[in-house]
Formats: sequence, C-alpha cells, structure tokens
Amino acid sequence: MFVIKCPHCFEAREEEEFSYGGEAFVARPESPETESEENWGDYLFMKRNPKGWHWEMWGHSTGCRKFFVLKRNTANHTIVGAWTLAEARKIYDAEEAIA
Amino acid sequence: MKKDYSIWKLLSQGLKHHEGWTPAWRSPEVKSSYDVVIIGAGGHGLATAYYLAKEHGIKNIAVLEKGYLGGGNTARNTTIVRSNYLWDEAAMLYEHSLKLWEGLTEDINYNVMFSQRGVFNLGHTLQDMRDIERRVNANNLNGIDAMALNAQEVKDRIPMINISKDTRFPIMGASFQPRAGVARHDAVAWGFARAASNYGVDIIENCEVTAMDIVNSQIKGLQTSKGYISTSKVGCVTAGHSSVMAKAAGIRMPLESHPLQAFVSESLKPILDTVVMSNAVHGYVSQSDKGELVIGAGIDHYTSYAQRGSPHVIEHTAAAIIELFPMFSRVRMNRQWGGIVDTTPDACPIISKTKVKGLYFNCGWGTGGFKATPGSGNVFAHTIAHDEPHPLNAAFTLDRFHTGHLIDEHGAAGVAH
Ligand SMILES: Cc1cc2nc3c(=O)[nH]c(=O)nc-3n(C[C@H](O)[C@H](O)[C@H](O)COP(=O)(O)OP(=O)(O)OC[C@H]3O[C@@H](n4cnc5c(N)ncnc54)[C@H](O)[C@@H]3O)c2cc1C
Ligand SMILES: [Zn+2]
Repeated sequence: MFVIKCPHCFEAREEEEFSYGGEAFVARPESPETESEENWGDYLFMKRNPKGWHWEMWGHSTGCRKFFVLKRNTANHTIVGAWTLAEARKIYDAEEAIA
Repeated sequence: MKKDYSIWKLLSQGLKHHEGWTPAWRSPEVKSSYDVVIIGAGGHGLATAYYLAKEHGIKNIAVLEKGYLGGGNTARNTTIVRSNYLWDEAAMLYEHSLKLWEGLTEDINYNVMFSQRGVFNLGHTLQDMRDIERRVNANNLNGIDAMALNAQEVKDRIPMINISKDTRFPIMGASFQPRAGVARHDAVAWGFARAASNYGVDIIENCEVTAMDIVNSQIKGLQTSKGYISTSKVGCVTAGHSSVMAKAAGIRMPLESHPLQAFVSESLKPILDTVVMSNAVHGYVSQSDKGELVIGAGIDHYTSYAQRGSPHVIEHTAAAIIELFPMFSRVRMNRQWGGIVDTTPDACPIISKTKVKGLYFNCGWGTGGFKATPGSGNVFAHTIAHDEPHPLNAAFTLDRFHTGHLIDEHGAAGVAH
C-alpha cells in the first residue's frame, strides 16, 4: 500500500484511488505496416519489468481521471515523484541520455 | 522401495529427541563446472533436475538457489492442482502434469499428500455459465474429467455454500473437476530435492546467480555469489525473477512481476472437503490437513518485487469468501503473505529455447504454476536434454509473441490458480 500525489490535483491519496497503466514511454512503431514481426511483437508484448526504478503510467481513476507518470522503485515501493506526461518525458529523456 | 521413514524410525527417534535424522538431500560444495545448471530451487527447478537425471541420464547437474530451497512461490502458493484448461495446448500440458501428480508420491518415494478432493469453479453470470459449458465440453473432448453443475447441484455437494438469490453475485452453477485437488507444497520441493540428490544432483543453496557469461551467443558459464561456474547448458526457472535473469542474458521477456497474496485462518474442525474457486467474485478457498482455511487473493495490479501486497486486495477477497460462505464471517485469520508471480500476456507459460545457445527459460507460470510442477519439470528436462521442445511444450515458445500464436487462457487461468 502506498500513497501517490497526483500531479494534476496536487493531492496525496491512497493507491486504491488510482489504476496502474504499465510501463511508460513505450514507443509505437512509426510505420506498423512495414515493421518487422520482431519489432512489432516487442512493442506489443515485451516489458522491461525491472527490479528497481520503473517509469510507469497511472490514472487517477476515482479522482480527476487524468493520466500521469510515476517513477517508483519496484523493489521497495519508494516513489520519487509523479509528473504530467510532458514533464516526465523531459526528465526521462535526460536520464536516458546519461545512462 | 527403500523406506526412509517408518513408524519404527519415528518411535526410536522419539526416544533420541529426534536428533538422529539425516538430511533429506546432500549439501555439497559447489564444483567449478557442470553439464547442466538449473537456476532456482523451486518446485519447477528441482523437478527439472530430477527428470534430467532420471529420464535423460545426465548426472553432472547443479541446482543453484539464491535463498533456501523451496522458499519462493513453491512455499507460498495455495496448492490447487487441476487441468481443466480450455485450449488443447494448455489442457494437454496441465493434464500431463496431473497424470504425473497421480503417481508422484510413489515415483519419488515421498508423500506429497496429493489429495484429489475435486475443484469447483463457480459461475455467477450467464456468460460465466456459457464459458463453463464451453470449457467443460472442450475438456471432455480432450479426455479430461469435467462436468457442469447448476446451483442446486453445487449446494448438494457443498451444503454450507450460499446459493441464495439475495447476494451481490448469486451463484448460478459451476464446473467441477473430480480429479483435481491439492498437494503439500513443501513436500513437493523436498521430495524432488531428495530424489534428485539421490541421483547425484548437487543442490546449492545461498548461491545467487549475478551474471551470465555469454560468448558468441553461446552460454559459457555463470557468475554466482559462490564464484564462477562453467557450463554449456543453463535452465532458468526463477519464477518472479525471470525478467532479471533475462536481462542478464540480454533477452527481452513479455513478463510482468506482480505480488500475489494468500492468507490462512486459525485451525478449524473439518468443514470443507473440496476446493472452491470463483473468478467473478475473486477468491478461492480450501481447507488444509491442519484445519486452516487456505484463501487466495488476486494480484496487485502494479509490478513489484517486494514480496508483499496491499491490504485492500485481501479485504476484497475476504468479502467475496464471506459472501460465498457466510458462516466464515467470524473465523479469525492467522497469517498472510505474498509471492512474486511472473505473468504473461496470454496467461500461459514460456518453456523455451532462447536466442542464446544452451540457455533455456521456463517461466511465465504466473498465478498458477504449482499444479504444473511435475509436468513442467518433465517437459523442460526434455527440452534441455535434446535442445528441442517436447511435443507438449512445442507451442509454449518465447517466439509466439513475435509470430502471434498466443494461447489465450485468460478464461481458465487469468484469475484462477
Ligand atoms: C499466493 C500464491 C498463490 C498461488 N496459488 C497457486 C495455486 O493454488 N495453484 C497453482 O497451480 N499455482 C499457484 N501459485 C503459483 C505458483 O506458486 C507458481 O507458479 C510456481 O510455484 C512457480 O514455480 P516454482 O515453484 O519453481 O517457483 P519458486 O518457488 O518461486 O522458485 C524460483 C526460485 O528461483 C530462485 N531465484 C530467483 N532468482 C535467482 C538467482 N538470481 N539465483 C538463484 N536463484 C534464484 C528463487 O529464490 C526461488 O526459490 C500461487 C502463487 C502465489 C504467490
Ligand atoms: Zn488527480
């Protein structure tokens, strides 16, 4: 059980108010028609599923009903922050650039 | 058959404060090289080692376990065993396993307390009932015992179940598999461990695999907390940690790791002589030989490796169980725990070769792999020994997520166990 602070309503609420939307920033192949089965299968099904830091989508389903992005540690449920998609993307890209 | 345990041994040990028992399996020092290394001493990993030694004549095998033997999902599950799956591929695999369960105690000479007390899968909506009929018919065509029952027939067999129309989701009927049941989970791990050890398999506890040595797409060895081990064949059977192992091998997996919880009550006199599960209201219950009600919940929806889940998930399941069995409302709960299960998009396992030669994965059993323990080990041993799948696991490749040949068992497996 953890508490999430929604970046849209700026309220810290119990996890039960939210729904989990899976790994964030999974890019849809630009031209599905010509994409290889390998890449298409990867896009549809493959997951990072890391033990550690995870960028993930959540929806505030019984609150403002908006989506946002959370960075959470899957080994101990520590949350470093929640951002709107656009804000999160910038931080994520900056981190990926270093990694 | 060699007798390791008997009433006489028990009595004589009783006079000696039970200090003279010998360990059931050897705990040797790890060697620097093996023909086959199995990662993960859960039920599936130990069964794999056992069948490799017994049926394929491979003797130089190690099973590496990062914690203690059988401390993973093997020891955390609610032990339901059944084979009433919808699609041919899955039904055949689980039925193969069920047949092995039926002779397992004799085969490994260890009482796994397999009790074929039957399993009911309840239906609460018209669509549930249509799905049940379809699944029961499919089972019968595959030679698997199954029958569809109406609500009264369920009540006749389980007198204390509440079939009144006044509940939130009234029971309309059920599928019933008489040959299904439960087994003692610890005994399965210990029994396979002893039987494998007797064939010379080295079981190494407290030995975590930390990296894989792969050269030109061929596995060469493993880096472990007890040093480097060289080998040309590795079977990875690490349940909830399979994505971590896959990452070490540079392979992508369609897995998500979720907490799955269960809880047991204080011990009661015998009141429930079968297994009752419901996908719709989301709970399942049986009674252990010790008298505890063993109740399983659903997964937490987020991914996690924390081996604990959220209380609201348990609350939801407890509510469902009380609706099915109002008389349980005052039963006190004793213990609660979680395990990390590796779920796949089609609720079916992956028992497969990989793009790394000599590296095989057996994972994705998600919320329902205990029932498959002997069958899974049996076909995985074949896959490793022959570098080719057994006909029964040929459909369960990692490749199916690229070719699109998914085996959609969500109806029979998605929630139920
Ligand atoms: C609460 C709960 C209820 C369930 N109920 C049922 C049920 O009723 N019926 C059913 O059929 N199934 C059920 N399941 C699912 C079932 O438990 C699993 O599918 C099955 O046990 C997985 O296979 P295993 O036994 O080999 O896994 P595990 O026992 O988890 O074995 C994997 C082992 O790998 C080890 N490992 C991981 N990483 C490493 C590493 N790097 N190095 C060395 N070792 C490593 C782990 O420590 C672990 O011991 C349930 C699961 C849970 C959690
Ligand atoms: Zn909100």
